[in-house]
Amino acid sequence: MNLAHRWHVRLALLLLLATLLFGLLAGLAYMYPAIGQAIAFKKLRPAHVSAALFWIITGASAAVVHHRTEAFRLPRPTRSHAAFVAIWAGSIVAILVAYALNRFGGREYWEFPPLLGVPVLVAWLLFMVDHFRAWRHRPADPPLYVWMWTTGVVFFLITFLEQNLWQIPWFRNTYMRELTVQWKSNGAMVGAWNQMIYGSALYLMTRIGGDDGIARGPKAFAFWFLGLSNLMFNWGHHIYSAPTAGWIRHTAYAISMAEWVLLIDIIRGFKAKLAENRRLGHLTTYRFLVTAELWVFLNLALALLMSFPFLNRYTHGTHVTVAHAMGTTVGINTMILLGSLSWMLRIDQAGAARRWMERGRLLAVYSLLVFWVALIVAGLIKGWRMTALGITDHTRLMAPVDPVLQVFVVAGFGVAAGLAMAALPLLAASFKPLPAVVPVPERPAATTVERP
Amino acid sequence: MWQRKVLAFLGAAFVAGTWFAYRGADTGGSADAQVRRGMDVWQANNCVACHQLYGLGGYMGPDLTDVITMRGDAHVRAFVQHGTQRMPAHPLTEAELDDLVAFLAWVDASGQGRVPDSAVHWTGTFILEP
Ligand code: HEC
Ligand code: HEM
Repeated sequence: MNLAHRWHVRLALLLLLATLLFGLLAGLAYMYPAIGQAIAFKKLRPAHVSAALFWIITGASAAVVHHRTEAFRLPRPTRSHAAFVAIWAGSIVAILVAYALNRFGGREYWEFPPLLGVPVLVAWLLFMVDHFRAWRHRPADPPLYVWMWTTGVVFFLITFLEQNLWQIPWFRNTYMRELTVQWKSNGAMVGAWNQMIYGSALYLMTRIGGDDGIARGPKAFAFWFLGLSNLMFNWGHHIYSAPTAGWIRHTAYAISMAEWVLLIDIIRGFKAKLAENRRLGHLTTYRFLVTAELWVFLNLALALLMSFPFLNRYTHGTHVTVAHAMGTTVGINTMILLGSLSWMLRIDQAGAARRWMERGRLLAVYSLLVFWVALIVAGLIKGWRMTALGITDHTRLMAPVDPVLQVFVVAGFGVAAGLAMAALPLLAASFKPLPAVVPVPERPAATTVERP
Repeated sequence: MWQRKVLAFLGAAFVAGTWFAYRGADTGGSADAQVRRGMDVWQANNCVACHQLYGLGGYMGPDLTDVITMRGDAHVRAFVQHGTQRMPAHPLTEAELDDLVAFLAWVDASGQGRVPDSAVHWTGTFILEP
């Protein structure tokens, strides 16, 4: 790891900590109007969501750089990578300052003034220069994760540009087009960072498990194509309830339903996972990856249900959506990234750090379960009252929902504490020299590995 | 390499899908200058942090897709100018308020915020007239 890469990692971890802080404050401001008057929810929500998305993208790009360097046996990242880190960090700070000064661009998720998108774009182009320099050194017949990293890197650019098309007047001629430009790009961008992150998880699994086969072969690629179709065509589920052209809705519905295959595959692979767990369960990285798999399962089940339009009527526009958003970004993306960072920083060779990470992981997982269920329950109550009972007065509508949201905020403290316990040792490790690599246990002799 | 073929096919479908999605989204009234100014007011004040349109946005406040039909523009002006215990007051000029109301009326005219029972098809999807 060179200096620029270390700062890349530190920036990601600092953003995670900022996400947690702003999330807690936003939760408090949401529940208690008196706090909301002191620190505006209007600023906290964008600060929280932008920090969260930047944590994920910064972490994902740091993972790609590191794993790519290992996988391609490359020289270190180049100077354009260092320039990316500097400009990227500067843009993120500028964005948070803009929120503090009440300057907004007011688009969902990316609520910063559009001018600040320019340095973000420049930084990403530099990142791509570095990536495609490395790409030339890819192995012949590259394993799937190499494809995933590259599609993620390219699609981030495409979706970022698409998000900004609204500045061309034609895209706001009608409200349906305005809605389409916003949700088509947002929906696909999630897919873009998932490519980078799932690619890294797949890479780590091949390294830890010592089996390259899971990243090759027709089944792996078939699932990847399903994921790509999802990225490209499933955005329609965000706007099911808007009167857009029917094919957009029907395509999204069909692609969502194809994803049942993934759920069934996870259930079928369950037994094999248990055996693998006995062999590798002592590794921090592995534990975080398995935690993420549990959350893939839970979120996929929820997402599949929400994707039936007739059920979506009750969940759309409620906290079920928030459960889906945070369930995936915390439960899946954050867990994989923490796993990847613990691999990069060789946490298993650092005793105390490793124990803190493990305690943090457990606290975060159990709290997240309560957090997630509370959001779903809150959303279902609201959805039922809104759709079945037809209540339109907001105060009356929310009266029975608010107590459930208090549970969510309390559980949020557990999530934040747990993730901070995992992130702080990583941050500390990023300032120390890396310990020497200890080889991963061999495949067949596996069962003899003792739990420390 | 079958993988490359599938990838090329998906890429082409993506480009075509993008084209049709945008070109086809020309239903509903088109935005005049006032509506466009109103959109800018909506964005500059980050109303989306707390409100949804078609169910999309932050969840602290209510969905505003149908607010003009349901509550009328005087109600909207009053809320925006004075705020409530939870919603901050927004000191906008009269002209900005007019623009904001024009924007919300334009959104309102584009469709209904909630899908009516009658639009649910037996396959589970919705049949909505664009
Ligand atoms: C900090 C969050 C917040 C922001 C920002 C905000 N609102 Fe609100 N708004 C609310 C809440 C919450 C309510 C519901 C009334 C209550 O509980 O006080 C509300 C109610 C309303 C209502 C009344 C709706 C009804 O059905 O009676 C309108 C209209 C409205 N807001 C418009 C706006 C506009 C326009 C903006 C941007 C200029 C905006 N709001 C910004 C939180 C917010
Ligand atoms: C790594 C940790 C976290 C990530 C990645 C994350 C991510 C997100 C995302 C993506 C959203 C947007 C959701 C949507 O609009 O559908 C969101 C909203 C929110 N999050 Fe988090 N979050 C994290 C932790 C927390 C914590 C610990 C809290 C504390 C309670 C919290 C409180 C909130 C609140 C209040 C909202 C706004 C919901 C609304 O619009 O009403 N988050 N978060």
